Amino acid sequence: MLSTFLAVLRRDLLLAWRGRADVLVTLAFFVIVVCLFPFGVGAEPNQLRAIAPGVLWVAALLACLLSLHRLFAQDYSDGTLEQLLLSSEPAALWVTAKVLAFWLSTGLPVVAVAPGLALLLDLEQGALPVLVLSLALGTPILGLLGAVGAALTLGLRGGGMLLALLVLPLFVPVLIFGAGAVEAEMSGTGAAAHLLLLGGGLAGALALAPWACAAALRISTD
Amino acid sequence: MLEAHDLACLKGDRLLFRELAFCLQAGDLLRVAGPNGVGKTSLLRLVTGLALPEAGEIRWQGASIRREREAFHRELLYLGHAPAINDLLSPLENLRFACAAAGDDSDEASCTRALERIGLADQLDLPSRVLSQGQRRRVGLARLFLSARRALWVLDEPFTALDVNAVADLAQALSEHCAGGGMVMLTTHQDAPFTRTPRVLDVGAYAC
Repeated sequence: MLSTFLAVLRRDLLLAWRGRADVLVTLAFFVIVVCLFPFGVGAEPNQLRAIAPGVLWVAALLACLLSLHRLFAQDYSDGTLEQLLLSSEPAALWVTAKVLAFWLSTGLPVVAVAPGLALLLDLEQGALPVLVLSLALGTPILGLLGAVGAALTLGLRGGGMLLALLVLPLFVPVLIFGAGAVEAEMSGTGAAAHLLLLGGGLAGALALAPWACAAALRISTD
Repeated sequence: MLEAHDLACLKGDRLLFRELAFCLQAGDLLRVAGPNGVGKTSLLRLVTGLALPEAGEIRWQGASIRREREAFHRELLYLGHAPAINDLLSPLENLRFACAAAGDDSDEASCTRALERIGLADQLDLPSRVLSQGQRRRVGLARLFLSARRALWVLDEPFTALDVNAVADLAQALSEHCAGGGMVMLTTHQDAPFTRTPRVLDVGAYAC
């Protein structure tokens, strides 16, 4: 059972490494979107500091959305997905492995560069650990929820646009608590409640989303 | 034993075939025949459980494949139209992943032997995107040599893009699998040198 999980994880990480241009594009998108804001709203530090949590979180969310369609598309077109669905191991297992590989190759780099961009927006240094923690808890939820959407829109014409319409509303609570955690830390009320909610959300998504995703994949390949 | 009763297949809003029935015993080689578009691939996908029939039921060893899905999939090897080869991985990496994903324990040495046996000894570590159509097909077929213990082989157009020698080798491997008590169900439009004549299931006879 574990061997299937590890085989899928290893393969997807290897593919992410061999196709690292795609990963870099996602990261560059995140950096560029954040850098656009000082040009748009002006370089007034107080204003930038106030919007920094929201800007970083929205940019991270869009970067995740940008790469979500890649999660199953290649495996769907080359027949690998059929073979995985014919495995005698539970589908939720390898779906979890795919989402984990996806997060390690797209979510984790975003989490890693976020503190640097936060300094660009003059976010207080004291709030940086909370920003990193909220992104580290929140981006896997985005990946898990997004995987369900990606599975449902697989093989559809204009699937990318539909995917955005489908999952963006589901991302709203993550955005509220993620950006809210950083704002709460800045205002001095403490981020514990927000972070706990994000952690609970992650646990819930981890338990439920792989099963929903597996069911959606069976429908899409029928 | 694989039995299908009263199968009907709906594609889009068109009924492809109905009241299709067949039975596959140990040692049987069944060729699914019929003109293009009659539903041969759809029938194979129903048999694997990837698609659900509009009506009817498929039973493996007496139990519905929908109810006993995991036990059935442990005994099944399906090679579809798409060869499940990723361009960025080498043939060896593709084959090892295919075996691991299916739940077969195949080490590097046995995968290498299977690829050498099917004629890809010189391409083991090349990226799969430089392979020809026939060579890609062979990478997928190499799984047959590693999955002999799987009783039921369902193969969609396995001879496509293969050269004459490879067709003969494959036909022999399929005949051997049947001789060893396995079952093979395949679609093909070409004559392959099987050691015994396959039974033919003409889907066209059940077309709507």
